[in-house]
This record gives sequence, C-alpha cells and structure tokens, in this order.
Amino acid sequence: MSGIDKTITVEAIAAQVQSGMTIGIGGWGGRRKPMAFIRALLNTDVRDLTVVAYGGPDVGMLASAGKLKKLVFGFVSMDTIPLEAHFRKARQSGAIDVMEVDEGMLQLGLKAAAARLPFLPTRVGFASDVLTTNPEIKTVRSPYADGEEFVAMPALPLDLAVCHVNEADVLGNSRISGPDPFFDEWICRAADVAYLTAERVVDTAAFNDPMIALQMPIERSLVQGVAEARCGAHPTSCGPDYGMDIAHMQAYNAAAKDGWDAYVADYIAGVGHADYIGKVGGEAAIAQLPLPVF
Amino acid sequence: MSNDYSLAELCICASAEAFRGEGERLATSIGLVPRLAAGLAKLTFEPGLMMTDGEAYLVSEPVPVGPRGDYQPKIEGLMTYERVFDIIYKGKRQAMVTPVQVDRYGQMNISALGGTYEQPKTALLGVRGYPGNTISNANSMFLPSHDKRTFVEGEVDMVGGIGYNPARWPNGERPKHLDLRLIVTNLAVMDFGGADNAIRVVSLHPGVTFDEVQDNTGFALQKAEDLGDTPAPTDAQLALLAGRLDPHNLRAGIFKDNPPGRRAA
Repeated sequence: MSGIDKTITVEAIAAQVQSGMTIGIGGWGGRRKPMAFIRALLNTDVRDLTVVAYGGPDVGMLASAGKLKKLVFGFVSMDTIPLEAHFRKARQSGAIDVMEVDEGMLQLGLKAAAARLPFLPTRVGFASDVLTTNPEIKTVRSPYADGEEFVAMPALPLDLAVCHVNEADVLGNSRISGPDPFFDEWICRAADVAYLTAERVVDTAAFNDPMIALQMPIERSLVQGVAEARCGAHPTSCGPDYGMDIAHMQAYNAAAKDGWDAYVADYIAGVGHADYIGKVGGEAAIAQLPLPVF
Repeated sequence: MSNDYSLAELCICASAEAFRGEGERLATSIGLVPRLAAGLAKLTFEPGLMMTDGEAYLVSEPVPVGPRGDYQPKIEGLMTYERVFDIIYKGKRQAMVTPVQVDRYGQMNISALGGTYEQPKTALLGVRGYPGNTISNANSMFLPSHDKRTFVEGEVDMVGGIGYNPARWPNGERPKHLDLRLIVTNLAVMDFGGADNAIRVVSLHPGVTFDEVQDNTGFALQKAEDLGDTPAPTDAQLALLAGRLDPHNLRAGIFKDNPPGRRAA
C-alpha cells in the first residue's frame, strides 16, 4: 500500500476555501453538482468568490448567500427547470460581476490553464457580444500563411476546484459512472488544488476493470482530498445513482422571491449533510428519484 | 396530402426541411418542435443524420419524446458535451434552436432582456453555445410566437448567436462558416436568401398573408418570388409523428388550443 489517504470531510473541503478565491465547480446545470460542498461552504464566512462553472443551483445558492463577487459562465440553468431564479435575481439586481462566454470558450479557458498556457485560439466569440462585454479578451493573428485573426480565450486558472463523482478511493482515483463526465477533468486540471466529493469511497480494487477505467477521467495527482457524501449532489442528479429532485428544485427556485432565509434555515444553516439527507427524504427515497429524460 | 393537421404538425414538417441534405451531420435540436423535426427528417429523407437521446448517447433511431415506458434508446455511440464541442468546431452539425429574440441579421439572444448589461431587466440563461454554434456550423430556428417582441426592430439586446451583420464581423470579413438556414414560425417559413442574406419569407402557413407576417415583424422582410403556402404534412409524416416520434401527443401542447394548420376561412 502507498500509505496515501486523502479522505477528509466535506466541511474540511469548505474550510480550504478562502475569501477572494477563484473556484471551479464541476457538473453541468442540474446534474452532478457538488451540492453537499456548496451547503458546507454556505456555512462558512467566506465571501467575494469568483466562480467558474457550467452553472446550476450551485451558482444560484452562492449568489443568494451573497458569496459571489464574480461569475465566469456560459449559462446558469437547472436543465429540466431552464431558468435558475437565484442567478436571475442576482443578475437583475446588478449584484455580481460577470464574464459571460460561450460554453466552449469556457472549456478552452480551462484547458489553457490546465496546459499552463496564457490562452487558446478560437473563432468563437467573434461577431457576438461576448467580445464587446469582455473587452479584456484580446485577439491574436496566426503566424502562418493564413494570417487569420483569432479570439485568444484567456486561461481561467482556479485556486481550487470541487467536483462530485460516483466513486473514489482514498488515493484520489475516481469514477464518473454517469453517461457524461462533463468538464470535471478540465476544472480539476485548471486548479491549483482539486477536491472530490463522492457517493461512495471504495477500495482501489473496485477500479480493477478495463471498462471501469474508461470512466475515470480525473487523474489522482490532481486530487488533494476526497470526502464521502452520499446523495451529495442532491437536489441535482447523479446518474446512474439517482435523478433530479424536481419538487425540491422547484421549491428552491420559488424561494428566490422571498423565501431564501427560510430555505437556509430549513436546509443549510447548521444542518450537516446527514441531517440534510434526512430532511429531504433519506437515501432510499433519493435513490428512487427517476433519472432525467431529456 | 392531408387536410386534417394541426399548426404544430405543419411547423414540425416545415422544420424537418432544415435538415434536408445534411447527410451524416449531427442534428442538435433544442425543444419539442426541433426535436420532432430532426426525428422526422431521419425517418424519411435523411436516414444518415446523427442524433442523441437528448443526453449523451448517439442513437440509431429517434427516441420518442415524453415518457418512454418500456422503450430503450438504441445506442450507437457516445456524444458527450465535450465531443459536441469538437463536432461543432469541425462543422459537422446543424443546431435548431428557439432564441428569445432574433433581429434582421439573424442574430439571436437568450442571455438577457432590457436594462443594462450590468443590470438587465430580465436575466435569462446566458449565451450558452450560441456564439460557437453560429460561427462554426449551420443553424436554424423555430419561433412559436411570431411577433415584434421576438423579431425585434433593432439589434437583439445581447448578441449570442451571430448573424449577417458586417458591422460586427472581424475586420469586416464574413466568418467563413457562418451558415444560417431556416426560420420556421407559427405564421411562415423564412430563410436568409434575400439580398445580402436578408431574411426572406419563402412560404406562408395556409390562411396567413404576407402583410400579417410583415406586421408582426420588427424589420422589413423580403418576399420570395415563388412565395406560396407551406406544404401540408403528408399522411406518412403524420403517421410517423403519431405512431413513433410523439406517441403521447405532446405536440398538441405546443400552441394554445392546438389550432389547425389550415386556418378557418
């Protein structure tokens, strides 16, 4: 055995986040978001965060909690419920700075950071308001015969990243067994340190299968810590383990109007993960939530 | 031709035409009408089209919309979001989408409406993949409410999808892969075949006049020389919609009161 043991608690991951940091959050919209981490983070006094995400209720909760200084995003949505009310409220109040880019540009920014490059070239952004609203994004000309001008999507280096996976071991190996790993690997590679929350912490031997190895996009050298959080993506989905809790997401969305304090009191303030899962029906009920059909 | 069809079915069949000639391109269809349209195209005149189950798997036959019961998607491959980006950059794809605003240049907006950019009156989704889609591969649109709030007088409030607007093109040069195709609405079918790619009405849904379309559009429309009625769905198309693609008749909910495709005189 290596002697490496990266297991920590969700609260300990949240304690690594410092005010003013730029953090990346894995998942996509209403899917496989590290929500147990987000709830733990809302229980800290951290503020002034810059968040890079394919946004869902992770972004919405950080916005309504007043922890968001700036959002780097292509969208914020809960998929089945397209409009995220907390994000909308924050945007409409002018409370957050934004860097709004195409979702492919977001990936290029992460890839540039992951490769320790200042930018990656693309045509994406030209002729759109992505460039007019982000004057800091520059262009670059091809040094080759074509001479074409490109958008130089700047690197999006992250101080810290958190993703939620289906399985991980104490070494930081991990498996995403849902159909789409999204961009979690790039979010981890773009970060100085990455942490995983996992449905299950398993023996390394559980990964001793060539087909399972194909579902392991995040190399363990990226991973600083692993926290077990069963149903840790709730209310977002974590296929194939469970689907979205649509009723909870609708109630959460409705709370943007004037129910945020009550939502926090019910589900977040001083509520540990185990208590939260109990309040929303328990592991067995969550396991029965149907996988989303798109 | 059938005389008994709904406006929704007319729009689906008209939208299917957006995919004619696409061969083995990936059809990305966002929303019920585009999705049924792509499925219909695949089951009729474009069998090579690639499409997904709406999540991450490529499927060899269109997945019926709505609750699937015992139906299992027929997986033929994988199309994760990361791979979608790759196929966009290669250009082997057409997206059919429903923006909130469209302008005379075909520029599209799903980010925000009104106010200022820093503090919009109505925040929506964000630009999503519109800038990349429109600068990389073909794009078509379905707009269920043809009115001046959708087809705006000036430019859209936030240009996500790019269009035929030279003032915004880098160095004034047209992006080489810009390719806006078809716009299907509740009133008409339009394309970008006018002078300098201006939006042009190519067919009117039965009972609709050109003036009605123009009066509900915030900019001057061109008119195709052979402007006629939008072709009625065939019995075969209607049978595929009812029997295979939309067994729960979700299409009856696309328009309020599910109006007929042929307006009462």
